[in-house]
Amino acid sequence: MKTIYKRPEVFTDAVTTYCGGCGHGIVGKLIAELIDEMGLQENGIMVWPIGCSCLSDRYYKMDMMMALHGRAPAVATGIKRADPSKFVMVYQGDGDLVSEGMAEIMHAAIRGENFSVIFINNAIYGMTGAQMAPTTLMGQKASTAPTGRMEDNSGYPVKMAEILAQLPGVVYSERVTVNTPSRINACKRALKKAFQLQLSGHPGMSFVEVLSPCPTGWSMSPIKSLEWIDEEMTQVFPLGVMKDVEKGGTEA
Amino acid sequence: MGEKVFMQGNQAMAESAIRAGCKLFFGYPITPSSEVPEYYARAMRERPEENITFIQAETEVAAFNMVAGAVATGHRAMTATSGPGFSLGQETMSYMAAADLPAVIVEIMRAGPADGEILAAQGDYFQAVKGGGHGDYNNLVLAPYSVQELCDLIQESFALAEKYHNPVILLSDATLAKMRESVELPGRTEVPVPAEQYNALRGCGKDKEPHKVVTCGDGPIQWGQFNERLQAKFKRIKEHEVRYETYQLEDADIILVAYGSMARVCQSAMNMAREEGLKVGMIRPISLWPFPEKAFEGIVGKKFLVCELSAGQMVEDVKLSVENKRDVSFFGKLGGTTPSPKVILEQIRKMGGAK
Repeated sequence: MKTIYKRPEVFTDAVTTYCGGCGHGIVGKLIAELIDEMGLQENGIMVWPIGCSCLSDRYYKMDMMMALHGRAPAVATGIKRADPSKFVMVYQGDGDLVSEGMAEIMHAAIRGENFSVIFINNAIYGMTGAQMAPTTLMGQKASTAPTGRMEDNSGYPVKMAEILAQLPGVVYSERVTVNTPSRINACKRALKKAFQLQLSGHPGMSFVEVLSPCPTGWSMSPIKSLEWIDEEMTQVFPLGVMKDVEKGGTEA
Repeated sequence: MGEKVFMQGNQAMAESAIRAGCKLFFGYPITPSSEVPEYYARAMRERPEENITFIQAETEVAAFNMVAGAVATGHRAMTATSGPGFSLGQETMSYMAAADLPAVIVEIMRAGPADGEILAAQGDYFQAVKGGGHGDYNNLVLAPYSVQELCDLIQESFALAEKYHNPVILLSDATLAKMRESVELPGRTEVPVPAEQYNALRGCGKDKEPHKVVTCGDGPIQWGQFNERLQAKFKRIKEHEVRYETYQLEDADIILVAYGSMARVCQSAMNMAREEGLKVGMIRPISLWPFPEKAFEGIVGKKFLVCELSAGQMVEDVKLSVENKRDVSFFGKLGGTTPSPKVILEQIRKMGGAK
């Protein structure tokens, strides 16, 4: 019998701690598939954040470093500058990348650090219990915004894929989501493109923002969460390639 | 050994670090440390054959984390900073001690608290020695008192950091950093191959165990065991890495205790006192953690005078070392000025050393 699909080999036997309907597991599997397909295990180093994905060291048979909250791009800078021959992947959530670590991601991008950043935007703090994120939508309820996010004390959602696309140090910036099978495939293509750009020696950061469902944090069913991404999230965070250095300039 | 030169403390130390194989420097400018990043920035461009990397980080927070990432790959890396920047690095100090990362951090003390002043002080002793970050951890802290020692101890710092897989703080101050002195630059040291470094990140094959730098706990029992292992590491350091010098203790009635630039002042004061016939000796701690408790063992019937450019920080460790059973006095100077040896001599006279 011919094997047409199997569990990625880079995965360990560990079971993830993600909630039902969470997007982290989907993106995590795409990463694992790409590591296998692109042969990245031997020469790759992953840098993980603090947040729901901070137990990811259990899931992959890969060299990796679990950074302090928000500091993953600085840690990755140290790794890549010490050993430019390595493939370095950074994975961060919205609390980690946009709030605690805004300086680190911005300046890594400004310097044009040559690694790939995967940004999971679920518009909420998952691990600490549904507090407001910098990417929380206007009016969206969070445990620290019980009547919904209001501009008078919380300002407005941050669009990282667009912001980073403005910087010459960023070679690729795309926003994708994982709420339908075809979009999961598109997410994998975006990740592959980001990884390829790094491997091809294109100097600069490749960035993929993933709109990711968080049914627990959003107090919704998993199915409703997938719908909410279309109904609400993509209205504020449009999908698409914001920048592709190979096609020239900013498309956004 | 290398050549004899007349060189500034910061610059000589930076050259010595490069010769120790530290080709990666990440830092944020702050007085009185800035000659160190400047030295690396020049060396990166002027000595391409040495493959030096310098990154001016956006913050000290980032600089400390860049060092963490770089040393995790098994390469030697360092940063240099001063009080406010060192405070920003404390989260990462705690992290690096827990993660077994052999980083070298140069902390060049200036007068605090807050924005403070840029002249020499020793008010960051507690922060460096007691651990300014969260949780139970220790850093190995070495305190040079000359440009020569800055050069020698920076090289030793890398070896110690790798021996124990723990951060080492080289605790300098604004006087040592800015002064120029005749110094014999150390030669180039043997640098371990990164791939042979314990747990160094380098990519793992299908059949090899991955290398992981993880400091996230997995429940109280696992985290308790993790902490016990860390404490065993600190105990090993405490048992093996105590360093100090003693001067004329045998017949001394009064023993000065000082480190760093203050030890130079005290050494002069001791010599002046001896000329007056006052029997004065000195203990100079070089490792501040582990503190040289054994230097004080068995000393009976003598008075101690601890001199610091602080409100009294190391004096607490001296009192602990003598279990509060000896006569320990303190002299401190605040704000960034350094007392002349005459001021210390006056203190010695007041203590009745003239008997």
